[in-house]
Amino acid sequence: MAKSDLVRIKYLIEDLWQWKKPVRIMEVCGSHTMVIGKYGIRSLLPPSIELISGPGCPVCVTPASFIDALLTLKNVTIATFGDLIRVPGINGTLEQARAAGLDVRIVYSPLEALKIASTRETVFAGIGFETTIPGIAHTLLEAQRLKLHNFSVLPAFKTIPPALKALLSTDNIAIDGFILPGHVSVITGSAAYQFLVDDFHTGGVIAGFEPITLLQTIKDIISQLKRGIPMIENAYKEVVSIQGNIPAQNIIRKVLQPEDAYWRGLGKIPASGLGIKEEFAQFNAIRKYDLQITETEMPSGCRCGDVLKGFIKPPQCPLFATTCHPAHPLGPCMVSSEGSCAAYYKYER
Amino acid sequence: MKDEIITLAHGSGARLTQQLIAEIFAPHFHLPALTDSVAIGHNLVVTTDAHVVKPIFFPGGDIGKLSVTGTVNDIAVSGAQPLYLLATFIIEEGFPISDLKKIVASMQEAALEAGVKIIAGDTKVVEKHNAEGIYITTTGIGTLPLDLHLGTDKIKNGDLIIVNGNIGDHTIAIINARNELDLQPPPRSDCAPLNGLIACMLPAADLHFMRDATRGGVATILNEVFEDNGLGIIIDEASLPISAATLAVSNLLGLEPLYMANEGVIVTFAAADTTGLIPAMKKHRYGKNAALIGKVTSDVKGVFLRTTIGSLRPLPMLHSDPLPRIC
Repeated sequence: MAKSDLVRIKYLIEDLWQWKKPVRIMEVCGSHTMVIGKYGIRSLLPPSIELISGPGCPVCVTPASFIDALLTLKNVTIATFGDLIRVPGINGTLEQARAAGLDVRIVYSPLEALKIASTRETVFAGIGFETTIPGIAHTLLEAQRLKLHNFSVLPAFKTIPPALKALLSTDNIAIDGFILPGHVSVITGSAAYQFLVDDFHTGGVIAGFEPITLLQTIKDIISQLKRGIPMIENAYKEVVSIQGNIPAQNIIRKVLQPEDAYWRGLGKIPASGLGIKEEFAQFNAIRKYDLQITETEMPSGCRCGDVLKGFIKPPQCPLFATTCHPAHPLGPCMVSSEGSCAAYYKYER
Repeated sequence: MKDEIITLAHGSGARLTQQLIAEIFAPHFHLPALTDSVAIGHNLVVTTDAHVVKPIFFPGGDIGKLSVTGTVNDIAVSGAQPLYLLATFIIEEGFPISDLKKIVASMQEAALEAGVKIIAGDTKVVEKHNAEGIYITTTGIGTLPLDLHLGTDKIKNGDLIIVNGNIGDHTIAIINARNELDLQPPPRSDCAPLNGLIACMLPAADLHFMRDATRGGVATILNEVFEDNGLGIIIDEASLPISAATLAVSNLLGLEPLYMANEGVIVTFAAADTTGLIPAMKKHRYGKNAALIGKVTSDVKGVFLRTTIGSLRPLPMLHSDPLPRIC
């Protein structure tokens, strides 16, 4: 890191230490959670500034029934992003199922799943937010163009703005400002968050992923609170525009449509998911294999929902680091390395 | 064990592998210490290592080269001179003889470079689909100078922690080759026999302990050292030798180079007053990027990383392989 950056970081931290009134700032995105942990940013902040981790880890909020639906499939290859394989369903994980003989393959791009489908019946585990959804929608268009018959996607796509709306509509929620996601906002554009100010009088700053940017973002949020004027600011202008990535939005609209979705820990949120449109039904694994994704009970004692809502910090959950840890995650937040509990376990325990 | 079946995570080299050894193997075998190699008799050192890698040919190496260098390095980090190897092949029916020829030639080349002889072996062929391609197990034998003892018990407060080269390159090369990420130029594995380098290091400094940072990576070794002797460790993030390509891909996939498997990286603990070691290492072809990455210290209890922005965060042992992240 350049010396000038280190000096700036020092000044930013000194500046933040001037702030005495307790505030709670939520970083929505799991990748921000990871950067905060990786750089030990919490340890640099004054006790008055509390960072809480939001619902922006796609793996964490995927319901158990999604995993269980995949586990019922027979004689197919399941292609999935890596961090999904240790997510527990009620009936186990994909990693355990793989050891018992299910053909589960980790891919880095949904297009890799199409390659697998050239030789065998393949189901892609379709999870993710605005960031990954356009790539998967594009893959569905490719599958249609190639007239593939042995490829389908099990959809559990989710979008961030409806989740934030549901979160702020919760009773007693106390979030003073948001560190808004960087990658998601590249697609949605900054205008997608204006409702936070208009409907909930809460501001936020769209941030990139450098530690210095995050510290600056926290300072910007504090400045908003000082002024008492919430607003949506964009500190990631290099890649985030007001309207977002229109071609990507068009691809999403062409292939997918809004529907209610189940979020692990948060429950059913209206119009917060994206389902596969009727004209692509042949690629919809729900239809092809008659699967169901429903809300499932959380493991007894698990307080992931309260963690996702920012009511408690991970160590306040009675299961944290006792019966729930990365080797045996009970709740969704422990599963992914970017889940709030896993990040706490790894970096701040 | 809580999991009733073996999963890939049990082979990751992290906590679950340790558990497997401690709970399943150790009660029935005579395992004096969980080190890379074990001394028998006056000065003999032996080790054995099974090699399974997909794809079997990758930029910078192949399963044959790996099967030689992996075992040579396990012997060499004890300070011993590797001399002989025994090789066992498990081959799937239908495997191309032309590929086997390439693999064996590659083993010969690596053995020649390392100065070891492959003196015996065994071959088994299994039915199609009962194995994937080829697996190679090699057993190594070496001799240890009588006056040399390296071990975690020799590590002291203030010891310097040094690596010989860039970390993470092997893992990135494999990920790229396995998943056809199509990175250009393709990243190369660091797979190399390190006994030559180690022979240059031994006379250059008062070395206390060495280990090759394969599965689990540098961070896992540091944690094993801490668990062995209880001495704290602080690693300086800014000093870590990591290639720009490896760093970029790691960031993209959400993986940490410190936890990545290497095939040509050794972590060395040397006395606090060591001066000539890094210059000596830099003279060797496998030590060009040698760097002081941290120190043993009583300031902390555990393994910690001083981040590039100056904060201190734990660098714990992982339970199993880190998974690539979705975004």
